[in-house]
Amino acid sequence: MAEAIEVADAKAISQPPSGLQRATDAAFRGLCYSFAWLSVLLVVFIVLRIAIDAAPAVREYGLGFLTTRTWDPNKEQFGILPEIWGTMFTSLLALVIGTAFGVAAAVFLSEGYLGGFVFSTLKIFHVEFRPFWRTLPERVEQVLKNLIELLAAIPSVVYGLWGLFVIIPLVRPACNWLHMKMGWFALFGTDLSGPGVLPAVLVLSIMVLPTITAISRDALVSVPPKLRMAAYGLGATQWETILAVILPTAARGILGGILLAFGRALGETMALAMLVGNANVISFSLFSPANTLAALLANTFPEAHPKEIGVLMYAALVLLGITLAVNMVGAFILQRASAATEGGK
Amino acid sequence: MATHDATGGSLLSAVPTEPEINPLAGVDFNGLEKSLRRPRTLVNVLLSGLVTCMTLLALIPLFSVVWMLLWRGGRNLGLALFTQLPPAPLEQGGGFGNAIVGTFIIVLLAALISVPLGILTAVFMAQAPEGNRLANLVRFSAKVLTGFPSILAGVFAYGALVMVMGGYSAIAGAVAVSILMLPTIMLTAEDAIRMVPAKMKEAAIGMGATKTQTTLMVLLPTAIPGILTGVMLAVARAAGETAPLLFTALFSNYWPMAHHRLNLMQPTASLAVLIYNFAGMPFKNQIEMAWAAALVLVLMVLITNLTGQALSRRQVQS
Repeated sequence: MAEAIEVADAKAISQPPSGLQRATDAAFRGLCYSFAWLSVLLVVFIVLRIAIDAAPAVREYGLGFLTTRTWDPNKEQFGILPEIWGTMFTSLLALVIGTAFGVAAAVFLSEGYLGGFVFSTLKIFHVEFRPFWRTLPERVEQVLKNLIELLAAIPSVVYGLWGLFVIIPLVRPACNWLHMKMGWFALFGTDLSGPGVLPAVLVLSIMVLPTITAISRDALVSVPPKLRMAAYGLGATQWETILAVILPTAARGILGGILLAFGRALGETMALAMLVGNANVISFSLFSPANTLAALLANTFPEAHPKEIGVLMYAALVLLGITLAVNMVGAFILQRASAATEGGK
Repeated sequence: MATHDATGGSLLSAVPTEPEINPLAGVDFNGLEKSLRRPRTLVNVLLSGLVTCMTLLALIPLFSVVWMLLWRGGRNLGLALFTQLPPAPLEQGGGFGNAIVGTFIIVLLAALISVPLGILTAVFMAQAPEGNRLANLVRFSAKVLTGFPSILAGVFAYGALVMVMGGYSAIAGAVAVSILMLPTIMLTAEDAIRMVPAKMKEAAIGMGATKTQTTLMVLLPTAIPGILTGVMLAVARAAGETAPLLFTALFSNYWPMAHHRLNLMQPTASLAVLIYNFAGMPFKNQIEMAWAAALVLVLMVLITNLTGQALSRRQVQS
């Protein structure tokens, strides 16, 4: 009797999913599945859309588009060699500066310099293990890390504004002095009359720095500690360890970060559109105005007439190709790097 | 072997009487002292100093930007800026109320597109077994979108929407921006769902919940702080994007509401485009307004960003 009641209760509580529950389950799963396909198709559609819009211009201008340097809507002559040159020139220079400072900041963060400094300051007052002060070094490190990440949070148009009204007036006298004294040197071949390559490069390097720092720091931190211990045990100094052991071990991760930053620099638009000068010239000079693919799109698109739109789509396709290739290589290297450090643990 | 035995023997015999053989005899202890006169130590200290200086130098732009925003933007900040329309050239006063509203509209629309798409895709990716082809494909396309130049999102929306619908609109701008939001939401949501402890999921399945019930009642509520972090970061990025709006939402000197009705099919102002347009103008009033708009935009972006980061801290603790 009692058993029978228990079974009846159990039947009342546990039951197979009802028809409605089964239906919602199937529907929800189907929904997730189709949304996953949707996001894949979206990417395919984006690439195809740009390619299809560019197709007439590709047929008309062919590869000559990439190697000629006139841009004249009236004569319908279009070439983007100066833009390709400007994109590469500014991105590479920004990458050199951004890498130097970004990797330095990553080493500074991963070696815990600031935490060590705070700790030894606290030690003077003998409070380094007290409840509140104990956590201070770690928190200060975290603040510094967040500050560098904040650099990435500022919108690029604000950097452009800052570059226009702070960087250009700041570097202009120095640039013109350099041009006067060392004008024979290709990098200083012209004077800076306002917007130009150098301000754009400086701002761009600030914008790529957080990417490089964040990824390099991750790579440096994930170096197995036993390698560092072994180097110290052999009598190496801190920097001998960093240069001979830590950096080479983390090199692949850092390289991946640099490539991703390169991809970002290539596609960066607003800061360059505001600072690079939008001049259709190819020059080695740091002070001459130039143009980049993204800036060309940003400046020409809003007022372009239908004939020009197709040509601009071609330019967009070129930009897409370059950034996709760079990003793929960067992501691939990062994947290999993380697999390698995981194997070493 | 023989010599080893011999020294070992001599040691044993010598120790009780007098410690003649000192194993540290050949070591120059003064040489081990940390002294700046030694090149190794000197290089060490110099490089440490260099790295410190470079890190501090890298932070100068941040402080400079913040200082300029507070100084040049802050001194112009007033209530009128938020309630009035942008001034015509040479006109004094004015504001950018319509640009603030426009930014909110565009970001909200973009979030409406990208949040459901991103989260449901993430649910699929997190549930898919290891090595699922579609999940890998989705992850690959998310990576492609992460490095996608923002201007190209604008080019795409121009080709797909502006040319088709025959005019610039807030919707075209929102679509362009949502493309840039999508990968952040997708990848962070997938991570957040994967971080839900396996035993919670197994408990739900063990109690007989269907996959949908497990997802909606256990996985998503537990993962919500992480998912929200991704959404917040994406929204912060979207609010500051200029390039995709330049030739999709364009700009407008008027309110997006006309005759008490919201019109999404007309050009719409946004803070970012306003800054870009006004920064290039030769009028003092407009330039000052660009700085004030930049301050407002950065504050909006930073608050969203910090909220997201605060949420992510809750995620780690749970």
